[in-house]
Amino acid sequence: MASDNFEAVAARATGPVASFEQKQLSFLEKLQRFLHHYPTAAPTFVLIIAILGFYIAAGPRFLSPFNLSLILQQITVVGIIGVAQTLVILTAGIDLSVGAIMVLSSVVMGRMAIHWGVPAVFAIMLGFMVGFICGYINGFLITRFRLPPFITTLGTLNIFLALNLWYSKSESIRSQDIDAQAPFLKFLGYQFEIWGASLTLGTVTMLLLFVFMWYMLKYTAWGRHIYATGDDPQAAQLAGIDTNKVLLSVYVVAGLICALAAWASIGRVGSVSPNAGQLENLDSITAVVIGGTSLFGGRGAIMGTLIGALVVGVFRNGLALAGVEVLWQQFAIGLLIIIAVATDQWIRRA
Amino acid sequence: MAATQLEPILAGRNLVKRYGRVTALDHSDFDLYPGEVLAVIGDNGAGKSSLIKALTGAAPPDTGEVYLAGQKVDFKNPMDGRMAGIETVYQNLAVSPSLDIADNLFLGRELRKPGFLGKWLKMLDHKEMERIAREKLSELGLLTIQTIRQPVESLSGGQRQAVAVARAAAFGSKVVIMDEPTAALGVKESRRVLDLIKDVRNRGMPVVLISHNMPHVWEVADRIHVHRLGKRHAVIKPDTHTMSEGVAIMTGAMDPNDHPAGAYATPKGVAV
Repeated sequence: MASDNFEAVAARATGPVASFEQKQLSFLEKLQRFLHHYPTAAPTFVLIIAILGFYIAAGPRFLSPFNLSLILQQITVVGIIGVAQTLVILTAGIDLSVGAIMVLSSVVMGRMAIHWGVPAVFAIMLGFMVGFICGYINGFLITRFRLPPFITTLGTLNIFLALNLWYSKSESIRSQDIDAQAPFLKFLGYQFEIWGASLTLGTVTMLLLFVFMWYMLKYTAWGRHIYATGDDPQAAQLAGIDTNKVLLSVYVVAGLICALAAWASIGRVGSVSPNAGQLENLDSITAVVIGGTSLFGGRGAIMGTLIGALVVGVFRNGLALAGVEVLWQQFAIGLLIIIAVATDQWIRRA
Repeated sequence: MAATQLEPILAGRNLVKRYGRVTALDHSDFDLYPGEVLAVIGDNGAGKSSLIKALTGAAPPDTGEVYLAGQKVDFKNPMDGRMAGIETVYQNLAVSPSLDIADNLFLGRELRKPGFLGKWLKMLDHKEMERIAREKLSELGLLTIQTIRQPVESLSGGQRQAVAVARAAAFGSKVVIMDEPTAALGVKESRRVLDLIKDVRNRGMPVVLISHNMPHVWEVADRIHVHRLGKRHAVIKPDTHTMSEGVAIMTGAMDPNDHPAGAYATPKGVAV
């Protein structure tokens, strides 16, 4: 037995050695904890303030159902890609190649249907296959060779864009040709009116995708494993999670979602251009970050990305309606990104 | 304990593990008997970790056999060991900070809802997992933790350790292994974990405790496996050997055969 019973001394200690509970929390600390628990609260707050602000600045025109639905249409493609980007960022990765995958698969869809006479449904499936393969390549390089996602996807971004230019011969596919030969390619561009709002099937698809991924992240083991992998990969492995499998599945799903975005973008733009989508990667990261998801992984929520994309959409639209120059719209978005990242850093210390 | 329990629950025979020119395990044996706390002590580099990794499947041995409840097993990775009922609490805790307590307890073995929701929609049964988590934690007297839905990062070091121990105790059906569970903890928190170890043992679960902290070892262990130069050097008991004798044997300053109690202590209820 231990001859010198040092613990008996500790037992006589007057109070707790270190206490975390009793301290009176200041307002800021309470706010910090609240945001820690509800990462989407901050972007939601910004969205509400922005809508109110633009209502005052730009007038009732801004709040009309038509204008609000226009914003939804404008964020359709970046919203869909944002879902893919959220999954990747939750694993503490990043995917710079999302835009390139989207363009490549839209070009494959378009050329297959128009130049090769493949039935539109199969052309679209081939486009999805391209998304799958591209995502698989990303995931394979990252898990098999332990390459950093940033560099890996920077590399594949260039490779996919080069393949895209080679395969498309830098030619666009005109809207009239799609209408004449494969109108199904534009299926997600189909517009309908509801309560004075004008929605497209693409917008509805985007909203359904958000709901679906919200369910997957919250209510399935796969979703919990994505968070655990991004949070602390070593702990996740020791808990028995095959983190490589999780990562690979995330990049593959991201690739498939990019193909969905490709189909939606054909509907939205009407034509297929090999030069489109170059900035979708940065725009999607913007939506994710403003939506309160941490770039360090393991923390955030999918609905935050929808709100983040809406914030960007509302700012662009509202500032335009208020007659502010485009450069100041960009300035405002930049400011928002920095505020969002600073908030995240602050929340992480809670 | 009845004299019928002669069979070790977990045993290793002639375990050898080499890393290049370094021999980490040199024909080592290991025996853990039902219902006991077996401490493993040894100097740095004596091969304690290699021994444990060989037993759990984290680093399978080059040669030698591992037996679980008398059956020869061949674990290729830690998952195999876990599936067979060996749970390990790691030094670095292995909990996911931003997930909550219930999520962490069930990480990697989530429960799905019964019927259509679980089978086709793969829906998790959060309610049931919370219920079991609450039950397991209160069994171990840990429900001072306010809410089961609290993220683990909001807990103190000792509470996190308690979550990791609770996870092992809840799911380890045969053996719980703890690697330096008190290394990162303060005096009071260590006390909590030591009590937990005794609780786990008293509920019938054999525990392997790897530790450098001699007072802790002498307090909770039934037997002490002394590892030296890659093999089992001696097995001693806290009531026959003093701490200084244990350290002397561990460091080679004393030949365990010179001690009146001998170099191999048999567990309670085992006929010599």
